[in-house]
Amino acid sequence: MRQDAIFVYSEKQLNYKFNDDHPFNHLRLHLTYDLLRMAGALPLSSVSPPRVATDEEIGLIHDRNYINAVKAAGENKLDEAIAHSYGIGTEDTPTFPHMHEAAASLVGGTLTAVDMVMEGKSEHALNLGGGLHHGFRGKASGFCVYNDSSIAIEYMRRKYGVRVLYVDTDAHHGDGVQWSFYDEPSVCTFSIHETGRYLFPGTGSVHEKGAGKGYGLSINIPVDAFTEDDSFLECYETAFKELVEFYKPDVIFTQNGADAHYYDPLTHLAVSIQTYMKIPQIAHELAHKYCNGKWIAVGGGGYDMWRVVPRAWGLVWLAMTNQTHILKKPIPKAWIEKWEDVPDTDLPVDWTDPAVPPVPRRAEIQEKNLRTLEKALYHIRLEQG
Amino acid sequence: MLVEDIMIKQPVTITEEQTIQEALELLHQNKIRHLPVIKEDKTLIGIVSDRDIRDASPSIFYLDDNNESLLHPVSRIMKYPVITTHPLDFIEEAAVLYGENDISALPVVTEDDQLRGLLTETDVLHTLVKLTGAHEPSSHIEVKVPNKPGQLADISTIFKEHHVNVTSLLVYPHSDQGWNILTFRVRTMDPRSIIKHIQSKGYEVQGPRFPGLQQ
Repeated sequence: MRQDAIFVYSEKQLNYKFNDDHPFNHLRLHLTYDLLRMAGALPLSSVSPPRVATDEEIGLIHDRNYINAVKAAGENKLDEAIAHSYGIGTEDTPTFPHMHEAAASLVGGTLTAVDMVMEGKSEHALNLGGGLHHGFRGKASGFCVYNDSSIAIEYMRRKYGVRVLYVDTDAHHGDGVQWSFYDEPSVCTFSIHETGRYLFPGTGSVHEKGAGKGYGLSINIPVDAFTEDDSFLECYETAFKELVEFYKPDVIFTQNGADAHYYDPLTHLAVSIQTYMKIPQIAHELAHKYCNGKWIAVGGGGYDMWRVVPRAWGLVWLAMTNQTHILKKPIPKAWIEKWEDVPDTDLPVDWTDPAVPPVPRRAEIQEKNLRTLEKALYHIRLEQG
Repeated sequence: MLVEDIMIKQPVTITEEQTIQEALELLHQNKIRHLPVIKEDKTLIGIVSDRDIRDASPSIFYLDDNNESLLHPVSRIMKYPVITTHPLDFIEEAAVLYGENDISALPVVTEDDQLRGLLTETDVLHTLVKLTGAHEPSSHIEVKVPNKPGQLADISTIFKEHHVNVTSLLVYPHSDQGWNILTFRVRTMDPRSIIKHIQSKGYEVQGPRFPGLQQ
């Protein structure tokens, strides 16, 4: 039977774990899964375990030498200096036991999601364990070992011959995916993120537009620090709609980092949970309108893993399965009681955020972002007439 | 870094007998703005820029009247003697020449004015972008320090203690006299502990300021 949506998850995905102090913690997956289960929004029949990606599949994007280095590092058999040249064994991506297997299972999860959708078994699919958009061909970067998103897009291109629109709403620029397909006309990448003025990775300026045959198909909207809901959503929605209309992709692939929230400790944006309600709703609507529903979504960043990530990621699933009526109910008591003793902060009691005072100079920030949006879409609007 | 590291090694050139019309076409075809004028043995004898050619071209209001002006040889409009640089000069020395002489391309010559390359303002600018490290994934940390010895060493030690690689470093004066800004690009996505450490040593770290509030 054809399903509306598949939720790819198993506790094995939690093995992608650097150390206890590391900000990237995939306990987030478990918290989200629990929240959706307890809210009655996730029947077990919708859950599918991830497969493990093969070396050949990982090799669609990554160099053989790099894959071998990751394997060796996971068995503690790699020299420190060599590891560093591959970006592993660093503060950002420390080595940990069986890191190849853990990373390959995150990639496999995204491939499971892709196959479910492309083989017509499900309209949409979600693998929150994926979204590791900073991984490079031969180098780990920014908490990411293997770039599941690049691999999955290349896999879809080769196996199913489709044109893909990649949409990245993580607060950090989706550099790894952008550079993977910078001169590739069958992939269009769109990243909206905090400006790289201070924030990692520093790239993603509006002038990075692609190269060669892919010129014009890398779209970047770097928004200002302290951007709030209205301005963020205005940029996201306008650009997404015009891009999908212009590019006419066969499938939409979204990266759903949840680190643009005002609580996030690593970034300087100021959106609320409101933005995370709208982001997947718009993706869902456009997937039905332009791609016969074909929509694959993955996770990404998100470093306030108690107050923000479970709700933000839960919202992706609720939008995907038309269950937004659940948002009117409070967060399930059972979930709060199960987890409340672990973090130092209080857990949220509602799906929405309480009102916060507006950021000073809101109008200026909004105006600046609007200009960036115009620059990002200039060449597309020119062509559309 | 030396001029020969970044110069264009085989620039498009022209000879003195060729016409201004030919020079115009070369500039258009190659999307460039300067043509060194050379003899057959590669001796540099002059340079023509798009501006020299524009001065010699008919006004767009009289396009049909005096097209023969483009048939003059290039030697009639080329500039000489030419301001040049040497392959082993430092780039920063060469860069000074642009501003001092109001020019934007320098032919690179060796003994007897043999043309070896061309160094344009664009090449220098591209190199500057590389020096800032803006093309590598990194976080950006700006520290305000008093303009006295030892500050850079102090802060570098902190990066070493955190095992974080610095991909580029710039030092420039702050608008407050007696202070400098040190700008580091560091290879980490989570610079929080480093920033805290630098602040705990009494330094001011500049970051996105909460808008509207004075720091």
